[in-house]
Amino acid sequence: MATQLMTPPRPVAVRRTARRGGPAGRVVRVLIVLVLLCLVLYPLAWMVGNSLKSPTEIASNTGLLPKHWTWGNYHDGWFGLPTVTFGRFFLNSLIVSLGVVVANVASCLVTAYAFARLRFPLRKLWFAVMIGTLLMPNHVLVIPQYILFRHLNWINTPLPLIVPKLLATEAFFVFLIVQFMRGIPRDLDEAARLDGCSPYGVFRHVMFPLVRPALVTTAIFSFIWTWNDFFSQLIYLNDLPKKTVPVGLRMFMDATGQVSLGPMFAMAVVSLLPVFFFFAAFQRMLVEGINTSGLKG
Amino acid sequence: MALTTASPRTPGDQTPDRAPAARRRGRASWRTRERSAGYVFLTPWLLGLLGVTAAPTLYSLYLSFTNYDLFTTPQWVGLHNYQRMFTNDPQFWHAVRVTVLYAVVAVPLKLAAALGVALLLVRERRGIGWIRALFYLPSLLGGSVALAIVWQAMFGGTGAVNHALSLFGIHGKAWVNDPDTALGTLVLLGAWQFGAPMVIFLAGLKQIPNELYEAAAVDGAGAWRSFWRITLPMLSPVLFFNLVLEVIHAFQTFTPAYVISNGLGGPVDSTMVYTLYLYLRGWSDFEMGYASALAWVFLAVVGLLTAVLFSTGRLWVHYSDGED
Repeated sequence: MATQLMTPPRPVAVRRTARRGGPAGRVVRVLIVLVLLCLVLYPLAWMVGNSLKSPTEIASNTGLLPKHWTWGNYHDGWFGLPTVTFGRFFLNSLIVSLGVVVANVASCLVTAYAFARLRFPLRKLWFAVMIGTLLMPNHVLVIPQYILFRHLNWINTPLPLIVPKLLATEAFFVFLIVQFMRGIPRDLDEAARLDGCSPYGVFRHVMFPLVRPALVTTAIFSFIWTWNDFFSQLIYLNDLPKKTVPVGLRMFMDATGQVSLGPMFAMAVVSLLPVFFFFAAFQRMLVEGINTSGLKG
Repeated sequence: MALTTASPRTPGDQTPDRAPAARRRGRASWRTRERSAGYVFLTPWLLGLLGVTAAPTLYSLYLSFTNYDLFTTPQWVGLHNYQRMFTNDPQFWHAVRVTVLYAVVAVPLKLAAALGVALLLVRERRGIGWIRALFYLPSLLGGSVALAIVWQAMFGGTGAVNHALSLFGIHGKAWVNDPDTALGTLVLLGAWQFGAPMVIFLAGLKQIPNELYEAAAVDGAGAWRSFWRITLPMLSPVLFFNLVLEVIHAFQTFTPAYVISNGLGGPVDSTMVYTLYLYLRGWSDFEMGYASALAWVFLAVVGLLTAVLFSTGRLWVHYSDGED
């Protein structure tokens, strides 16, 4: 994997040799880390454990492991709502998330190229404005955007969630790709230019191939954040068959309530599976990606 | 490509130069092409800035001076919404108090956990990558509805927390259903996601030159003194960065409050954070004008807060020479 490429500008990490601490101190340190890790991961383990307990056992056994393992909750949860299955929510979530991934990667890439490599009037001003939008709370925009998309008849479609992303509205990712591009030597652009490349040619033949690790990071974070996003999906998707996983899960909780805790835990686990998958496959890249850009997770 | 070939020549083309004519023309036209290409590449973002950010922001300012229920045309009411908010809406002030209380407790707790664990994990070892990643995992999952549901059950009457307390002979209560403790469970859920600032702290810690610690050790400074005199000052830019991000983040918290309170901000409005209040006014009461006014006050407060953070930051953030 190309993760090493992810951090071009970082100086070599300094090894800390002069710190004290004998073998005993070291054991204590490791023990502390392990205890903390168990504490931090306990809620996740508890969630999985509960999804495997029978409905009667959930109320009586609040411990981690079930006494009698059962997969029934997964079946009951998946088919728990009368008219639609969780498969429908999954499909809807997948459409939204993949749409956002494509839109973000494409639009943020071209924007980042302009900021990182091209000189044009007002560039510094626009860059400052872009950084400013990073700090802008979404809630000011939500009402007028809702009114606009309602006029366009886009409620109950994935369009309000995807189309704005085509316009590079996720400044986080623009910034991430700009930072990455700054680490690519300018000699390469220069060489391509002397060989007769236009700014478009440099973009296609030099930048695009080299910037791929940053695009992968952008894609993964776009996917996970959209998959977990709740607020915008809550306001734009109201019809049951149009709902995504987070909104569907919330509905499920409302509809069945405390009666079927087991299926709810099972569906909570299922809803997080794609995130777990990306975590397992790309954990190093995710942590490094945050590192380089100072990006927020 | 038509755009680039049609672009006008710059005056630089006419000035004599020692370089060959062809190359000169090549350079000059590159510069003009660069200019037009810059705006071509920037077009989507500029459209977004105008259409999705600037225009909606201004439109919401207009709406904040109206009564608007989504179905009839907006009615101009002047400053009435703001007047009502500040003088005649105790729930608004309550939401402000809840949000501030949440941020004031959750942010320091989260940053302290992030820094503490980062200090434990800073040394390179075999398998440390996975350990760091596992501590980071809650940051990826914590904002989801699924985890909010788990949290609600965990802090319920028969949840894992009371199970753990019972091992110590303590009989717990239903923490999420008690107005005194419901917000506390949200704070813990926020602090639990300390992985993201932790990763940024780790990057900062690795940048501190080892010689500083060696010199301090020679001078007889202990670990405690080294931390306060070297680690913390050297880390202050990173700490500041994390602080700004986390404060803004904390003010915008929505999902956990919505899920844990079943979308109502209860019990007894104890989890009525500002964004949830805004949502209920807008999408439950259809008072879009009033909700817009709430949004603008929010924008002003967050902007002011960021400005205050940046100006006080100058007093304690230490930038060492040679760093950018």
